[in-house]
Amino acid sequence: MTGPRRGRRNRVLLLGSGALKIGEAGEFDYSGSQAIKALKEEGVEVWLINPNIATIQTSPGLADRIFFLPVTPEFVERVIAEHRPRGLLLSFGGQTALNCGLELHRRGVLKRYGVKVLGSPISAIEMTEDRARFAQELRSIGISVPRSAAARTLPAALKIARRIGYPVMMRTGFTLGGRGSGIVHTEAELRARANEAFTSSPQILIEEDLTGWKEIEYEIVRDRADNIITVCNMENVDPLGIHTGESIVVAPSQTLTDREYFLLRDLSFKAIRHFGIVGECNIQFALDPRSDEYRVIEVNARLSRSSALASKATGYPLARIAAKLALGRLLPDLKNSMNDTTTACFEPALDYLVVKMPKWDLEKFRGASHFIGSEMKSVGEVMAIGRSFEEALQKGCRMLGDNIIGLVDNDFNIRQSLADLATPTPRRVFALAEAVRRGKGVAELARQTGIDAWFLSKMERIVRLRATLGGASTLPDDLLREAKEAGFSDAQIARATGRKEAAIAAARRAARIVPATKQIDTLAAEWPVRTNYLYTTYQGREDDTTPGAGENNRVLILGSGAYRIGSSVEFDWCCVSAAAALRRLGYAPVVVNCNPETVSTDYDMGHTLYFEELTFERLRDIWDKERPRGILLAFGGQIPNNLALACGRAGLPVLGTQPEDIDRAEDRHKFSTLLDRLGVPQPPWAEVSSRREAARFAARVGYPVLVRPSYVLSGAAMRIAADGAALAAALRGAAEVSRQHPVVISKFIQGAKELEADAVASQGRLLGVAVTEHVENAGVHSGDATVVFPPQKLYLETVRRIRDVTARLARALKITGPFNVQYLAIDNEVMVIECNLRASRSFPFISKVSGVDFIDLATRAMMGETVSPVPASLLDLDYVGVKAPQFSFSRIKGADPALRVEMASTGEVACLGNDLPEAFLKAILSAGFRMPEKKRVLLSIGSEADKVRFLPSARLLRERGYTIYATRGTSKFLAAHGVAHTRLYKIRERRSPSLLDYITPDRLDLILNVPLGLDRKELTDGYIIRRRAIDYGVPLITNLQLAELLVKSLATKSLQDLRPLSYEAYVPVGEPARVPEGTGPVPVARLRPPGAGRSRPGGRGRVAAPVPLQADRA
Amino acid sequence: MRAGRGTGTVRAEPLKGRLVLEDGAVFEGRSFGAAVPAAGEVVFTTGMVGYPEALTDPSYRGQILSFTYPSIGNYGVPEYPQPAADSPEGDGDDARAILPPRPWESDRIHLSGVLCASYSENFSHHAARHSLGDWLKDQGIAGLTGIDTRALTKRIRTRGSLLGRIEIDGHPVPGLTDPNKRNLVAEVSTRRVRRYGRGTPLVLLDCGGKNNQVRMLVDRGAEVRVVPWDHALLTRPRDYAGVILSNGPGDPRLAAAAVQTVRRLVRQRVPTLGICLGHQLLALAAGAKTYKMKFGHRAHNQPCIDLRTGRCYQTSQNHGFAVDGETLPGGFKPWFVNANDGTNEGLRHERYPLRSVQFHPEAAPGPAGTEWILDEFLAEARR
Ligand SMILES: Nc1ncnc2c1ncn2[C@@H]1O[C@H](COP(=O)(O)OP(=O)(O)O)[C@@H](O)[C@H]1O
Ligand SMILES: Nc1ncnc2c1ncn2[C@@H]1O[C@H](COP(=O)(O)OP(=O)(O)O)[C@@H](O)[C@H]1O
Ligand SMILES: [Mg+2]
Ligand SMILES: [Mg+2]
Repeated sequence: MTGPRRGRRNRVLLLGSGALKIGEAGEFDYSGSQAIKALKEEGVEVWLINPNIATIQTSPGLADRIFFLPVTPEFVERVIAEHRPRGLLLSFGGQTALNCGLELHRRGVLKRYGVKVLGSPISAIEMTEDRARFAQELRSIGISVPRSAAARTLPAALKIARRIGYPVMMRTGFTLGGRGSGIVHTEAELRARANEAFTSSPQILIEEDLTGWKEIEYEIVRDRADNIITVCNMENVDPLGIHTGESIVVAPSQTLTDREYFLLRDLSFKAIRHFGIVGECNIQFALDPRSDEYRVIEVNARLSRSSALASKATGYPLARIAAKLALGRLLPDLKNSMNDTTTACFEPALDYLVVKMPKWDLEKFRGASHFIGSEMKSVGEVMAIGRSFEEALQKGCRMLGDNIIGLVDNDFNIRQSLADLATPTPRRVFALAEAVRRGKGVAELARQTGIDAWFLSKMERIVRLRATLGGASTLPDDLLREAKEAGFSDAQIARATGRKEAAIAAARRAARIVPATKQIDTLAAEWPVRTNYLYTTYQGREDDTTPGAGENNRVLILGSGAYRIGSSVEFDWCCVSAAAALRRLGYAPVVVNCNPETVSTDYDMGHTLYFEELTFERLRDIWDKERPRGILLAFGGQIPNNLALACGRAGLPVLGTQPEDIDRAEDRHKFSTLLDRLGVPQPPWAEVSSRREAARFAARVGYPVLVRPSYVLSGAAMRIAADGAALAAALRGAAEVSRQHPVVISKFIQGAKELEADAVASQGRLLGVAVTEHVENAGVHSGDATVVFPPQKLYLETVRRIRDVTARLARALKITGPFNVQYLAIDNEVMVIECNLRASRSFPFISKVSGVDFIDLATRAMMGETVSPVPASLLDLDYVGVKAPQFSFSRIKGADPALRVEMASTGEVACLGNDLPEAFLKAILSAGFRMPEKKRVLLSIGSEADKVRFLPSARLLRERGYTIYATRGTSKFLAAHGVAHTRLYKIRERRSPSLLDYITPDRLDLILNVPLGLDRKELTDGYIIRRRAIDYGVPLITNLQLAELLVKSLATKSLQDLRPLSYEAYVPVGEPARVPEGTGPVPVARLRPPGAGRSRPGGRGRVAAPVPLQADRA
Repeated sequence: MRAGRGTGTVRAEPLKGRLVLEDGAVFEGRSFGAAVPAAGEVVFTTGMVGYPEALTDPSYRGQILSFTYPSIGNYGVPEYPQPAADSPEGDGDDARAILPPRPWESDRIHLSGVLCASYSENFSHHAARHSLGDWLKDQGIAGLTGIDTRALTKRIRTRGSLLGRIEIDGHPVPGLTDPNKRNLVAEVSTRRVRRYGRGTPLVLLDCGGKNNQVRMLVDRGAEVRVVPWDHALLTRPRDYAGVILSNGPGDPRLAAAAVQTVRRLVRQRVPTLGICLGHQLLALAAGAKTYKMKFGHRAHNQPCIDLRTGRCYQTSQNHGFAVDGETLPGGFKPWFVNANDGTNEGLRHERYPLRSVQFHPEAAPGPAGTEWILDEFLAEARR
């Protein structure tokens, strides 16, 4: 028995993965929350550290105690020291948790406090994380690994590369997402890349280039008694050289023979036994497509993105099982949760296949390269289930959103050179289809890309079928069925045959060509199944399920689809919370979603799950089968929201705010008219269809203006134009400005504060509104802003105004359900910039900080319950919550990290504190900031006005003993105002001390670079400073207000002042949930941690005085 | 890398066909194999890889096999084996036959028909030479794609195994036949004795055995004499150190001659290892009972627990009959049990070197992990 059981010493600490970032995303909320549930089933008390407030795992009722704190050795140690958990779980929080655990071990913390790592031992983590050690261990047991050697210095690296021969693969240890890795062709290239890598990693590995080999992964589960299984294998459609996170992946493998499949399985077992893994891990192979040669690429001794995918692909709950094995349970003693009958010690058999497709958002990164490779850049993924590869692939394409209708016949610009298909971009799969259409052969494409001919021939089949459809004068049922079996959507068939989509839909319904609903059951129907994990397919005639004959209490909830910039785990939290609220009301939620990283697609959450496309066609199919009472579209973000009108037109009942009202808020013209009617100010705007019109508008309202091109068409970003030239440039970026593709231009309001109202209404009556305040002035996208709740710097009058406008909007739009309004405030006046009649990104934040579950409130309103308003006092808090963005710039080579109107952050965290500085520092530390221990700051403040504003902060820094470095302009300014500092020189200036030498973590520990103008595309010195800060890992702040708050916070708080208090210590814990009828709001916190008394902020210490609302104004 | 496409593309007017079950259920599909009607017992396997191995496994004799994994044919079929596993190297007593390489588990397709959801006419693998469809055509075996194999599986699961036939438009409709009434073992067993490998002398009583049993024993330093199922093994003095009772098709009770032989082996305590049907033969010889299962086990993921250690192994299986573990006579103990349905998966004698397993330690297709059973057996044979 390794794990603790009941009794006093029954507490385990689980580390989460923090904010979503590229390479570490929603999958860890899924595995973490599943693990917590499993641990609790085993009677263990689970404490969780995870600053990601938008996750399900940090929702009260799951973990016994939650800490919104940085997952760093310092904070984790303090929690351990104070609360003395018996066990520590590192495998559910991605690389963040694993690295933190390793560091705690190295510092002797675990030993000092007698904390045992549960699951795979530290030794296993060490052997698998250290790439050189890893290779050596595997060689010692006769397993092939790439020829390689590790280097700690540049000369060593060069020597190894010379021995192996170029090209070589260069990788860094202790990171994931292939970060800093890549194929290096020449010595010069190696020099540059190795230097950079050494700044983030003590060692690099140079290894033989295996580009083009098949990339195969296995998910392995092993218990302490050596029962071992492989739950799933997966094959990358894109071969080695393209990161698995960047690859289209299919499960199970498609081109492996029995012998290959089981050979790799055997090797996996051998390796995993050697490392002594207990729980779950992932092993990656390279397999030569021309022979039986293989290499082991890596082992991840923890749950991973792949394991989340494998769980969804197979129906085998890897995290759940891994958690139980970590406590010492044995595999054969655990049951298959799909049927509660058969053993968990088995290898799932699939009777379908899944295709995972990555979702990129590279357009959102200015300056980023659009090529993909061995580094991960994708921000999300979708998983399509089908009974043929063609079907799954086309479903997967559509799941990506962006109006993609399938593999072929899309009307977007592919933006991938057909001549150079070997250098992939995110749209290569579409380019391949196009190349086939233009007559390229499968064999040639296979040679160029290394993609197995089998996959290409399936794409070819789709292209041919498209040609057949296009050439047919009639549409016989057989052909229609064949097309549907190959995954064609009605829209695609309509486009190919020149018919109307509705006509195709009607024709196939008449011919009874409809998809069949099938269950995922882990055993290919050999055993009956308990859960309802469903997908639809045309490769089948019979439904596995028929909705119950009894009372129809089914309600459809649409999920968020692929995570992307601007839409991620927060919407999953909303959906899962809404499903929970529905269950409390006695409804049976039916969730539709297609993102394997989510908790809403956990088939064990007590709802019926359709792992399906979020398209109207599929929604309609599901509707026909389920005949639910209605549809909830308001919780999954913009994708479901966009389906509102189609639902309305087709007569599918949308619950809550009605489609035509949603349209009144979404349609700029209608909304603007409404605002005018209500007398609510808005920034002036115009929709223009020519460059001339644009210029005329700008001249009239005055620069700067904000330009929003039609994103889908051009891929160009929203930007601010400060003058005519900038406007012309911005419009050039928009590929086309025309009547069909108008551009929206608005007056950009400078120096305005940005505020948001997250609210819930019922039949136009406001039930609750939480007003939040951005630290950054308007001009930084709300998703990238640092958000404070409750507001700390606002006039009560402003808040009152916002509440009032919000209430009027609710009434005017007849809102029932959640909504969000964005405001600008300047000189006591508020303007509305946007209103979304759905839950917003910040709902989990305001719900958890206030302790009032806004989703529960909204769901009850939408289901027609009588709900009374939230007393304003409940939102009047005596502590502060700060939400901070998480950026992934380090993974996107070349991207400019300056904040802009276009969102670029990939995730967020939020922390609580007794005052703003405490909450703020905790939050930014959680998002990767490091305290400037050495107190060396580089200042580079763009405009004169900003310099003046920052002067007091600069003085404060000096007072607190900071050494200031400055670039030319800032240096002059500081000198003029008597602030001591050292000037750093730009490369061009050819003098030392030079900037480039200084931008390393040893020399600087903070860079405040506030770019000069408004959003200018600049390959300037500023860009070089910012980019270098990112590449070399020096904390960087690029916004003036943020810099000011930071300096103020650093001046008042040290790391030790940031108290590691639990969520429960701040937010009053409510009583267990009752199903309230017509009562007030249900507190979000439902469970009092067993045995824990109620504590207030400060624990034993004093209770801080509430921060006055009317503090100094920005 | 080899990639290709079979001679008949599915697009070019595939023949329509259907599976008709004895209970009247009809499953529509398209022909991708030989345009011949077929009849037999309809069974399903949940293994996701290994169709060449499965198709050449003699245990499927008389059956129509449905693959629950939908996409079949992906990696094609390699060069056909030389028809002569007979071409001996050396002469006389010293002659050694040559086994065809993997994936050939015998030299031809034994089952009566193949069903799948999404046959892949395109294939790709460096060893591939033919499409699955072409191979079926060459061997005169029917195949249907487009079948709702999941619906079929569920039907078999709830009703028990069913007889069925494949009808192909424009071709005569066959009658239903129950293969389990025939002595299928006699149909598939070798007619002549063959020797393989050098080393510890073993006899493999061929009831329809898979080549990989021989391969693995030869690899472990054994000389394997493969003899017909009804061979009496009467050589005196005994010139073999142990006997393997191979897998094979059908009802074990119909292989009466083999049961006779095994009874003698038991009496003489000859080191014996039964596999699959061989397990059932050993059980019958010992006096236990066998029975027909509702629909059998055909899978690569049957979890079997070693009752001595509690360890659970993933096993490859293909059987429709089973040993009633309750009826084992004194001295014989259940060895493995199925972790899912509790059926008997192996037996061993308390004192004598007699043992058998219901699953396939030789895998092919399916997972390795229980080869140690062969090692243990060999160690005892050598003792
Ligand atoms: N030796 C190599 N040659 C070519 N490509 C490689 C090699 N090793 C790894 N890769 C590619 O780089 C990717 C990232 O490497 P991996 O070791 O899996 O790192 P990570 O920890 O980021 O997953 C792999 O998915 C693979 O496609
Ligand atoms: N007229 C304006 N003046 C100043 N800032 C603006 C204006 N309109 C938008 N912004 C800024 O741009 C950001 C993004 O604009 P928004 O309309 O909210 O786009 P999205 O639809 O992407 O959320 C806002 O968060 C705000 O900071
Ligand atoms: Mg990897
Ligand atoms: Mg916005």
